[in-house]
Amino acid sequence: MDDLMLNQFLLLSAILFSAGVYGVLAKRNAVIVLMSIELILNAVNINLVAFGAHHGTVSGAVFALFVIAVAAAEVGVGLAIVLLIYRNRKSVDLDEVAQMKG
Amino acid sequence: MFAAEATGGVDPGFLLEHAYIVPLVMAASFALTLAVGKRLGKNASWIGIAAIGFSFLFAVGANVQWYDYVNDSEHAAEESGGHGEETDSHAEETDSHAEEPGSEETDSHAEEPAADEEEHSLAPAAEGEVAAGPLAPVAEEGGEGEAHLEYEVEPITKSWTWWTNGTVEFEVGMLLDGMAVMMLFVVSLISLLVHIFSTDYVAGDRRYTHYFAFLSLFSAAMLGFVMAQNTLQLITMWELVGVCSFALIGHWWEEKPNSDAALKAFLTNRVGDVGLLVGMIVLFFAAGQTFDILEINTLANAGDITHTALLVASLCLIAAVMSKSGQFILHTWLPDAMAGPTPVSALIHAATMVVAGIFMVARMYGVFWNGLVIGGSSVNALAVVGGLTVIGGAGLAFVQSDIKKVLAYSTVSQLGYMVMALGVGAWTAALFHLFTHAFFKAGLFLGSGSVAHAVHSFDMKKDMGGMKQFMPKTFWTFAICTAALIGIFPFAGFWSKDEILAGASQLGGDGSYTAFLVVGSIGALMTAAYMTRCIYLTFFGEFRGAHHGEVSGGTEDHPVEEDHLAADSGHGDDLEAAHDPHAHDHGLPHESGPRILVPLYILAGLAVVAGFTNIPNSGALSWVPDGLALRFEHLFEPKGAYFPTAGAIEGALSHPEFDIAIALVSTALGLLGIGLAYAWYFKGLGPHGITSRNRLARAGHTFLVNKYYFDHLYTGIIAGGFKGPIARAANWFNNRGIDGVVNGVGRGAVVGGRFVYDKIDQGLVDGAVNGSGFAAEGGGQVFRQMQTGKVQQYGAILFAATVVLAGVFIVVL
Repeated sequence: MDDLMLNQFLLLSAILFSAGVYGVLAKRNAVIVLMSIELILNAVNINLVAFGAHHGTVSGAVFALFVIAVAAAEVGVGLAIVLLIYRNRKSVDLDEVAQMKG
Repeated sequence: MFAAEATGGVDPGFLLEHAYIVPLVMAASFALTLAVGKRLGKNASWIGIAAIGFSFLFAVGANVQWYDYVNDSEHAAEESGGHGEETDSHAEETDSHAEEPGSEETDSHAEEPAADEEEHSLAPAAEGEVAAGPLAPVAEEGGEGEAHLEYEVEPITKSWTWWTNGTVEFEVGMLLDGMAVMMLFVVSLISLLVHIFSTDYVAGDRRYTHYFAFLSLFSAAMLGFVMAQNTLQLITMWELVGVCSFALIGHWWEEKPNSDAALKAFLTNRVGDVGLLVGMIVLFFAAGQTFDILEINTLANAGDITHTALLVASLCLIAAVMSKSGQFILHTWLPDAMAGPTPVSALIHAATMVVAGIFMVARMYGVFWNGLVIGGSSVNALAVVGGLTVIGGAGLAFVQSDIKKVLAYSTVSQLGYMVMALGVGAWTAALFHLFTHAFFKAGLFLGSGSVAHAVHSFDMKKDMGGMKQFMPKTFWTFAICTAALIGIFPFAGFWSKDEILAGASQLGGDGSYTAFLVVGSIGALMTAAYMTRCIYLTFFGEFRGAHHGEVSGGTEDHPVEEDHLAADSGHGDDLEAAHDPHAHDHGLPHESGPRILVPLYILAGLAVVAGFTNIPNSGALSWVPDGLALRFEHLFEPKGAYFPTAGAIEGALSHPEFDIAIALVSTALGLLGIGLAYAWYFKGLGPHGITSRNRLARAGHTFLVNKYYFDHLYTGIIAGGFKGPIARAANWFNNRGIDGVVNGVGRGAVVGGRFVYDKIDQGLVDGAVNGSGFAAEGGGQVFRQMQTGKVQQYGAILFAATVVLAGVFIVVL
C-alpha cells in the first residue's frame, strides 16, 4: 500500500473518529453514545489495519481483531447498563443520570 | 659516604647483634624474683645477681666485639681507599689491650702492657694514622688537619614491628652504637656492684625480695633505654626508669617523709616528661612521621627539618633533661630522693636515673646541635642550664649536714658539668665525664652507705666524725673517690673535667663559651671545698656518735633511715644471725664486711684508672702515642650521618685540645679549695661564727639552708598559690557566674514561655490550623462546581486535556 492510499485511510479514520467524539459528547441518548463509541473504536481499527498493510505485516490486522472482540464485550456490558437504567427510570437520557453531582 | 658501603660488610659479632637479650634477662629476673622470691627468702637476691652478672659479662664481651668492629670499619674504609697494607698489621696488636680499662679485674695492670706494647708499635701507629689522613677516601675539608679518618661506623640496629596504624609503624628494636655499648658496660657494672653491696646493706629487710626485684627492673629499664631504637621506646623506658625510682626511693614507705620524697621525685619528673612528650611529638611530625632515632638525627643534620621545629623540640627536651637529670630549676627532687636505701641512691646517681637525661641529649644530639646552633657562637639554653646547675648545686652542698645530701648536691653539680659540656659542643667530654663520674660517685655513695651502716645514721654533725680510725678501708676508698671528684691529677675526674673546661674555652668559635669556662672553674673550687668539709665532718675529729643508741628514735631531722637499719637488724634475727651484732654492739662502729668493701675497692680502682681511657694527645701531651690516646673518643663517639661529626654538616663537632694552662689552673683551684676548707675545718682558721654575727653572711646561710627557697616556691607559692585562689575564684564564679546563669535561665524560661503561649501558640499555630481549614473549605466550594455529575461533561474535559497534551507533544517534539 503506498503513501497516497494510506493518507486516504487515515483521513477516513479521522472523520469517523471526529464523528464518534461528537456523538459521545453531544448526544443525550445513551444508546447513541454507545454507537458513537463503536465509531471511535472502528476508526482506530482502520488505522491499525492501514498501518499494518502499509508495513506489510499482519500484526495490525490481528490487533484490530482483538479490538473488535473487546468492543463486542464492551457493547454487551454497556447495553446491559443502559437497559438497567431504562428499567429504573423509564428513560435513557444521560443528563438525568447525574447522582455524582458534587 | 661510600666508606659506609665499605663498612657495611663488617661483621659486628654475635654479642653485639643480640645485645637486646640483656634487658630481657633483667626483666625476666624481675618477674622471677617477684614470683618465687618470697619462698627463697634471703636467697632471692641470687636471681638478680645472676642476671646482672650475666649482663655484665655480656656487656664486657660486647665491648670487646665493639672494639674489633670499630677497627674493622676503619680498616675497611682504608682499604677501600687503596691503603690498608701496613695499618692492618699494627692494629691487630693494639686490639688486645684497649678494652681492658673497661673490665675491673684487669684494670690495675691494664696500662702496663699497653705501655709496653706501645713502644714497638708506636712508630707504625703514628705513621699509619697520619699518613692515612690525606689519603682517606673522604678526605674533604674535615680531614686535612687532623689525624682522623673520615669513615663511618654503622650502628647495629634491629627492629620488629610492634603494630601498625595506617602508614605509621610502631616498632621495638635495638640501636647499638658506641655510646650505647659504653652505657651497657657502665650500667651493668654499677648495677652488679650495687646488687652485691645490697645483699649486706638491706639484709633482713622486710621487703627484701621486692627490693631486689625492683633493682632488676631498674637495670632492665635503663639498659633498654640506652639501646632504644626509636623515640617511642625511649619514652617508654624513660618512664619505666621513673617508676622504678619511685618504687625504690619509697622503699621504706611506712615513714611519711620517704613516701613524700618518692612522690616528689615522681611528680617533679612528670613536669619534665610533658616536655619530653611534646618534644618527641614535634620531632615525629617534623621528621615526616617517623620514630626512628637515627632517621630523625640524620634528617636534622641534613637540614631537612626546619630550624624552628628543631629549636622548639630541643627546648621541650631540655625541660625533660632538667627534671630527669636534676638540673636547675627542677633539681629539688634529687636531694629528697636520698630517702631511699643508699645503694639505690648510688644506682640512681651513677648509672641509671639521672644520667638518662644526659644520655637522651647525647642520643638526640643531631637535634640539639642544629636546633640550638651549638656549633655557632651563640650562648644556648642547654649550656646556661648546665652552668647554673654547676654553681647552684655546689653552693647547696656546703650547708648540708646529711652526708648523702652533700653527695646528692654534688651529683647535681656534676650533672651540670655534663649538660654544660653538651651545651658548648663538647659531646665526648660530657660522655667521658658521665663515664668517670659513674665510678667515683657510686664509690662515694657506697662509701657513705658503709659509714651509715656502721653508725645507723647519715648525719655527719651528730653521729659521725673520726670514722677514719674505725673504718680505715672505707676511708681510703672514699678519699680516692673524692680526689677523683675534685679532679686531682691523675684521678679520673681530672681528665674528664679538664676536657669539659678545655671544650668550654676552645669550642664555639671566638671564645663565645668563655663564661662557662669561668663557671666550670669556680665549680671546681667549690667542689674541692665542700668535699673536704664532708671528709672532715665524717672521718676526722672526735667521734660524736657514741650516744646514738639512745637518740636513735629522737632525731627529728633525720628520721629517714636509721630506724630502719636498727629495726632491720633486730627484725632480721631469724634470717641472718651474722647481722645481729649490729643491733646490740652499739659501743663503737667497726669496719663493714666484704660484700660492702669489695665493691668499694673496685670502684676506687676505677676512679683511679678510668681517666686514662681518654688521655689527650694534643697540646702539652702531644707525646702521648696515638694507640693509647683518646681511646674513649675513638671507640664510643659515633661516626655517621646521624651524628654531627659527619663531613656533610656545616660547623661539625670538633674536639678541644689539651690545654696545660687550663689543667694547671683547674688543679690549682681544686687544691686551693681543699686548702681553704682545710684551714677552716681542720685548723679552725677564718671567721667562724660569722653567720651569727654578720647579718649578710647569716642571710646567705639561711638562703642556702632553705635551698634557694625552691621548695617554698613550688609547694608554697605555686601549688599553694593555685590551691587557695583557685578555690576562691571557683566559689565566686559558682555564686555569681553559675548561680546567675541558672537563675537567669529560669526567669528567661518563664518569660519565654509566656511569650510563646501568647504569640506563637495562640496566634501563629492556631491561626495556621484554622487558616488551613478555611482554605480547604473555600477550595472545596470552588472545585465542587466542577463536579456536575454529567458524564459527557467529564468526557469533554478528558478530550480537551488530551488535545492539549497532544498539542504540547507536537509543539515540543
